[in-house]
Amino acid sequence: MTEAAATAHAPSDSPETVAPERDLFSKFDPLIAEREALLATGVRDPFAIVMDKVTSPTQAVIRGKDTILLGTYNYMGMTFDPDVIEAGKKAFDDFGSGTTGSRVLNGTYDPHKDCEAALREFYGTDHAMVFSTGYQANLGIISTLAGKGEYIILDADSHASIYDGCSLGNAEIVRFRHNSVEDLDRRLGRLPKEPGKLVVLEGVYSMLGDIAPLPEMVAVAKKHGAMVLVDEAHGMGFFGPNGRGVYEEQGVEKDVDFVVGTFSKSVGTVGGFCVSNHPKFDVMRLVCRPYVFTASLPPSVVATAATSIRKLMHAGEKRAHLWRNSKRLHGGLKDLGFKLGTDTPQSAIIAVILEDQTQAVAMWQALLEGGLYVNMARPPATPAGTFLLRCSLCAEHSAEQVETILGMFEAAGKAVGVI
Amino acid sequence: MSDRAATLDTITGLIEPFNKKGVALTEATTFAGDLEWDSLTVMDFVAAVEDEFDIVITMNMQADIETVGQLADAVEKLKTA
Repeated sequence: MTEAAATAHAPSDSPETVAPERDLFSKFDPLIAEREALLATGVRDPFAIVMDKVTSPTQAVIRGKDTILLGTYNYMGMTFDPDVIEAGKKAFDDFGSGTTGSRVLNGTYDPHKDCEAALREFYGTDHAMVFSTGYQANLGIISTLAGKGEYIILDADSHASIYDGCSLGNAEIVRFRHNSVEDLDRRLGRLPKEPGKLVVLEGVYSMLGDIAPLPEMVAVAKKHGAMVLVDEAHGMGFFGPNGRGVYEEQGVEKDVDFVVGTFSKSVGTVGGFCVSNHPKFDVMRLVCRPYVFTASLPPSVVATAATSIRKLMHAGEKRAHLWRNSKRLHGGLKDLGFKLGTDTPQSAIIAVILEDQTQAVAMWQALLEGGLYVNMARPPATPAGTFLLRCSLCAEHSAEQVETILGMFEAAGKAVGVI
Repeated sequence: MSDRAATLDTITGLIEPFNKKGVALTEATTFAGDLEWDSLTVMDFVAAVEDEFDIVITMNMQADIETVGQLADAVEKLKTA
């Protein structure tokens, strides 16, 4: 842009003329400075990666380099499944590119109802409700279920969408120490008996990849008369005989009132949902604002989701292979001397804990240049102020790829001085 | 010692393990500004206060508590509730 053009288009309150105390962006100055200092050291921006091509669930081209993907949450590798792709194409042809409307007005097509039917089959529940994203599913269900004077009791390490669901609603919010059954029990015991209570748990906690002791936690919640919601975003597809999640694997299906999940991980597209057996569940479609006041998912998306979900019901072989991959990578990284988020492999997420931001970014970049993409995560997303590289495995990673990945970690770890 | 003075005393004791910079504590000391606690430290400290007094300080209440004195007031109120 030329100097003259910039001047001509500058709004009257351009940054130069706004006093810092009135500039709404001033509060972000420390973050801007931290980022600029980091990028000035010459490292690549971990939060601005572009995939030029994606050639399979486990491979992409980034800046011209063939790269193994180990940070996608694409646990079951459904994104390139031929049946899934075909279902999407057919829905494009039959229903067009989008609904341009809310689920409660003009935005419910046959594929949306079919997708909810697929979820009911998959979860064996009476009700299923599809949201436009997993974030919105938590936002909507949590903010609507617990109202003023009622209580939400949540794990301190809960996902941002759970915290934001609490912020959107009017309930009283109580936190307990991560995965502590005793802490949950004590806090529930201190609350008044009469008001309704919702205990919010996650099957897999996505930062460190640890799982919740659901039988004990659910028993405590029931003892105090609370309803229970379990977020199975990272458990769906992988845990339990039918792939329903950690709550199925741990045998607490009868006592969990609501399961929230997402299509953007094992299902391989985008969207969110809640399933339940509560006889009045369908009223949520009328009172849940993040469901009502947004456009529904494109028909192609729900059609791919429905096909994927039905295939995941019979994916026992893939689940077994994903477990083998997860155990091998966890054991291999541990043997190399990396500090991991969990002592034993608990899920398909393996978190490598680094000392600080500088070391984390250096390691992340060394891996990327070696041809491996992982997620870098930093506070406040991470627990206890840790910097970590989060790896998530895919059922489509071959055993050979996992060995290649371990070789890449060894080379990068030695180059950066982590091991 | 009055109940509130005893409460303030106990709270001061609970702050110490988290007072990494050795800030001198008064009723006007702020958790975010003076003690420079992040949200994770706040979580751990609140849990410690809750367990000490056998109360629950909801996140809604925490939003309105900025100083040591305000926390003492809130704890006093919750103890008698």
